[in-house]
Amino acid sequence: MKPLNRLQMAWRVGQDIEDGTVVNLGLGMPVGVSDYVPHDYDVVVQSENGIIGVGPLASANAADSDLVDAGSRKVTLRAGATIIDSAASFAMIRGGHIDVTILGAFEVASNGDLANWDNRIPDKGPLVGGAMDLAASARAVWVMMEHNTRKGGPRLLEACTLPLTAVRCVKRVYTDIAVLSVTPQGFLVHEILPGISREELQRRTGAPLTFAPDCKDLVTPDIALPEA
Amino acid sequence: MAIEKRRATAAEAVAGIGDGATVMLSGFAGAGFANRLVGALRELGPRNLTLVVNSATHRLSNTHELIAAGMVRKVICSAARGHDKSGLSAFEELYKEGRIELEVLPQGTFVESIRAAGAGIPAYFTPTAFGTDLAAGKEVRNFDGRDYVLEKSIPGDAALIRADLADRWGNLTFRHAQMNFGPAMATASKLVVAEVRAFSDTPIPPEQVMLSGVFVDRILVAGA
Repeated sequence: MKPLNRLQMAWRVGQDIEDGTVVNLGLGMPVGVSDYVPHDYDVVVQSENGIIGVGPLASANAADSDLVDAGSRKVTLRAGATIIDSAASFAMIRGGHIDVTILGAFEVASNGDLANWDNRIPDKGPLVGGAMDLAASARAVWVMMEHNTRKGGPRLLEACTLPLTAVRCVKRVYTDIAVLSVTPQGFLVHEILPGISREELQRRTGAPLTFAPDCKDLVTPDIALPEA
Repeated sequence: MAIEKRRATAAEAVAGIGDGATVMLSGFAGAGFANRLVGALRELGPRNLTLVVNSATHRLSNTHELIAAGMVRKVICSAARGHDKSGLSAFEELYKEGRIELEVLPQGTFVESIRAAGAGIPAYFTPTAFGTDLAAGKEVRNFDGRDYVLEKSIPGDAALIRADLADRWGNLTFRHAQMNFGPAMATASKLVVAEVRAFSDTPIPPEQVMLSGVFVDRILVAGA
């Protein structure tokens, strides 16, 4: 089977979002998760610029340049939404009121350390945004990323090589070929893409893996990426 | 009718912001930039400014005009990366050459440091950034088993913020996500100038006021 595309990854994460929770979705792949939360769920999507209850993207004729999420996307509000200022929004984050934050990452270590803000692009200025606040204080930090770098190197490591975002914070990792959790004993594999052996998954991972007794196939629907 | 905070022009609204001032600019993700006031500040032309602005490079903010004009000595922000893949932003060009100082903070720390200044708190402990490069050199203390980083508050000399509606007392309302950093910056700065869409001749109903006019010194009615 082919590795999951980003929409299939978003679908898979969406299956684990529980009804009635408050979630924050990081820029890039994670914002796509909200499309795969069951429609009858009351899930409050928190955007760190102060929109509490982000709805779907606005249609062209309903777009409002004052109604934007943290990714500068023009969005709508869900029923029950509120808008607060940035200080209150980050108090909500630091105060532990976010059930789950789903973040992209460059690297995750087997102790839960996260590196997702500085990949050392020469000359480009730094950009940290709200990642450190979310990673330090959300009740659960889930990471969504490709299992390997473009050059084929591992992103799941014994220790991060890139600057850290927060220490010992990641609880789960969803990749294009596996679903893992971070335990006191390191990475535990819960799902693995059919066609990839445990040995191959271990070869593509930079830290020792253990496999859950009920480890199963990682299966998603076919979801085509939109035409570029 | 003693209180009247309206100013007739953008130039009058920013008058008095001088060399070496720390200037806070509201706005995030395209909402809440006081770009008329930023334009007037560029015309005024003070030098050696410290800008306190969430992004040094947002494409919808005119912050870059102040930076490109060489008026800025230092930027305190959470984001300093340009959007243009083919080239560098005004900030990044100067940063690469070592001609502008940068203090990058996690966004929650950035705004809490501003909020703290406005609330009379000189420093505070936060869990954010513990164990990272952004906590390097900062005091760490453990409270009840968790490690926290000591952060200093950030007071401003002036804040240029954008809001929706104002009355003559300077009471403000904000539209949607326009609020973002505006209220915190208004509490933290000595001179607070609000650029608003419209002016209300009658008092804004008290329970609808989102920022008390106590925190606002001058109003520029700028339209949409």
